[in-house]
Amino acid sequence: MAGTIAIKNGYVFDPLNEINGDVMDIFIRDGKVVRELSAAEMQDAKVIDATGMTVMAGGVDSHSHVAGAKVNAGRQMRPEDHYKTNLMKTDLTHSGSGYTVPSVYKQGYDYAAMGYTTVFEAAVPPLEARHTHEEMRATPMLDMGGYLVLGNNWFLMRYLRDGEFDRAAAYVAWMMKTHKTYGIKCVNPAGVENWGWGDNVNNLDQANIHFEMTPREMIKGLAEVNEMLGMPMPLHLHANNLGHPGCYEITKDSLKIPDGIKAKQKMDVEWAETKMDPSRDRSVYLTHLMFNSFAGTSWGDCESGVKDVADYINNKDHVVIDSGCTPFGEATVMTGDGPAIHDLYTLTGNKWSNADIELECGSGVLPFTYLKANPVHSLQWAMGLETLLLIKDPWKTIMTTDSPNGGPFTKYPVVMAWLMSEASRKQTFSECHKWANDRSELGGVDRELSLYDIAILTRANTARTIGMAHRKGSLGLGADGDVTVYNLNPQKLDSNNYEELIRAFARAEYTIKAGEIVAKNGEIVSVPEKRTYYSEVHVEDEKEKEMLVDVKEWFRYYTLGFANYPTPEKYLANPTPIQINKER
Amino acid sequence: MAEVVLILKKEIDIKLEAEAITPDAFAGKSAEEIGKLEIWQGPKTYPLAEFFDVERNEGDFAGETAEDTLIRIKGDMLRVKKIGEGMTAGRIEIEGSAGMHVGTGMKGGEILVSGDADSWAGMEMEGGLLHIKGNAGDHVGCAYRGSWHGMKGGHIVIEGSARHQLGGGMDGGEIFVEGNVEGFCGIRQTGGLIAVRGGALRTVGVEMSGGTLLIGGRIERFSPGFEYVGSETGPSFGDFEYAGEFKKFTGDFAISKRAKGVLYVAADANPGL
Repeated sequence: MAGTIAIKNGYVFDPLNEINGDVMDIFIRDGKVVRELSAAEMQDAKVIDATGMTVMAGGVDSHSHVAGAKVNAGRQMRPEDHYKTNLMKTDLTHSGSGYTVPSVYKQGYDYAAMGYTTVFEAAVPPLEARHTHEEMRATPMLDMGGYLVLGNNWFLMRYLRDGEFDRAAAYVAWMMKTHKTYGIKCVNPAGVENWGWGDNVNNLDQANIHFEMTPREMIKGLAEVNEMLGMPMPLHLHANNLGHPGCYEITKDSLKIPDGIKAKQKMDVEWAETKMDPSRDRSVYLTHLMFNSFAGTSWGDCESGVKDVADYINNKDHVVIDSGCTPFGEATVMTGDGPAIHDLYTLTGNKWSNADIELECGSGVLPFTYLKANPVHSLQWAMGLETLLLIKDPWKTIMTTDSPNGGPFTKYPVVMAWLMSEASRKQTFSECHKWANDRSELGGVDRELSLYDIAILTRANTARTIGMAHRKGSLGLGADGDVTVYNLNPQKLDSNNYEELIRAFARAEYTIKAGEIVAKNGEIVSVPEKRTYYSEVHVEDEKEKEMLVDVKEWFRYYTLGFANYPTPEKYLANPTPIQINKER
Repeated sequence: MAEVVLILKKEIDIKLEAEAITPDAFAGKSAEEIGKLEIWQGPKTYPLAEFFDVERNEGDFAGETAEDTLIRIKGDMLRVKKIGEGMTAGRIEIEGSAGMHVGTGMKGGEILVSGDADSWAGMEMEGGLLHIKGNAGDHVGCAYRGSWHGMKGGHIVIEGSARHQLGGGMDGGEIFVEGNVEGFCGIRQTGGLIAVRGGALRTVGVEMSGGTLLIGGRIERFSPGFEYVGSETGPSFGDFEYAGEFKKFTGDFAISKRAKGVLYVAADANPGL
């Protein structure tokens, strides 16, 4: 019977159900977790003996650049990223290539091999939504969704400037439906608009050109709209001034803006059974904190400002972050933050691309190599780990590399090992530039994350943060039957043997998607259907009509006709709308 | 040194990709095992024995190690790519011409091509010697498309001429050309030595920031980003001597103000400089 399986005798780590390494059986019927299988069902079910192994829900990546125009620009501008990394076609799987920016097929297989089953694209420019959906549809196996880039959107800047919050909310709701996207992404608010004029914004209260909007007003406005609508996830913020020495202050001040805005998730979904309250309670989800935490005044005197930001977050309950770790080696930097990419170009002289997305946003791409011999890169490595180790409550943190900005997602196993093993960190300290130790607090940290913590950082909290905990991130009754079995015995865990950790995390013993084994020891064994999630946000028809009059009026500034703007559902693999704000 | 002889036994239509032809892959194998190594043709692989007779001069095996293994290839290899890719030791002698990517990424050992070599010979090479007795195509010792890091070490000697982008992105090692080169010789060079006894067309050393580049003949169009620093007579590098007076430049200042590339140009052949 497809999608029916029993995973027996594993050590289960399911933080949303407060299960910490208990030996348990997990049963899945027709793709969903059930309490048990009847004797008849057991006869037809696949059975996996997970004795001595670690069992978690399937991995959930809440911030990764995997589909759309800028990822593809990265692929096109980097033939050198592809010629050494090839994947041969099999009867079951496609061929593929690419290391930091792999082709869509390879991307899906690589994620599945590591035990990930759900990945959200971190930045979808509205005009590029079709392209993004085409690539997500072609990415095998992974359940996906994308965040819509709205932090420099002309309509929203105008509505928020004029205090028309109802129209702003109606616009966001309409845009989510129109482009089949999931949440609000806000990149360098007010700054990317200035980049269209060769400029940026330098502080939270600097008004931008023409719209006279400040970053503070954009963050506050969007965070409020987010909760007015009851979006599944908090405002997803890429703060201003990213990647500049001294930027930690603006980051901290940005986090203060949504303090006091109450999280109000209004989703009409069936919730999987969990012991913890699976609904979100954060009003801001700051992404790649590492890149936003430099202290100092120049690259000569820069140091880690993570401690300061972490102290703030430790004392507040409205913030959740992802780390943006930099595990050394090749990367491709890609972001909606056009001016930040230009700064990196002037710093490195590398090839780069930049694009303006009409009335909506911008983006840039540049290849980058993080070197152990480089003082700043070494410091960044330490800072990335600090973000996850200095913030005490793991329910405020998510592990990412901002793939492929800090490094490709295939480096996650190495990052997990650093988090779980002080010996592993010491080893890297001994290999990299001394700035890593001298200019960060990481050397004094002896905290080692447990498998339970890792399950929070890579599954439970990612799913809970983005509002997917109703079906992902746990093994509770009714949850999707997505399971990862790592060949790692928690009873014999030795944090000094970090090579073993890396090996186990890099190739899951089994990756199970909706009750079907998709990968065994890293080898793809089946390629089942996937889903694409988006937010179908409801507002009053009247409000939507009023708003659309405006939008149509301003659409004359676009290079395409209004009728051609929406992304039809046929661009999505198994479109799965999530009803938002239905009961008002 | 044990000698394995490969004799081409049929005409090749779609080009082969034969990265399996290295002393490293052959070492310790019998003729039969060598014949089973996989060679790509288009989307398919075939055993090496499909295209080559595998013979040996003495003994049953190739050398115990790559170092003890000599591969002698008989026949025109212009349609066989990647011979000697990534090899670390031993020797390959091609009694004819070599296809694209001969000696790509090689780290040690020697390759002798008695005829011509097609493009990308010694691409991103790290060590060893690649000796081409005839002419070479484009991109000798160059970086792969999109990359800016070309040859890092080793030696390439070309007795004939080479074409465009010789030594592109070169970080180290040495390339000697007895004949001429065409455009973009030493583009983005950051280290190492390129010495060309003949002339060049244009864009010599553009965007170079380090390393040494010598052109012993006429440069048809000299690039504007170089600064004259003085003249030198008869510069020599190891076994290679270059008689006559040379004008010495540094650059290329067109991109970076801190460029440290050194460009020697024969004075007599370039009277206008």
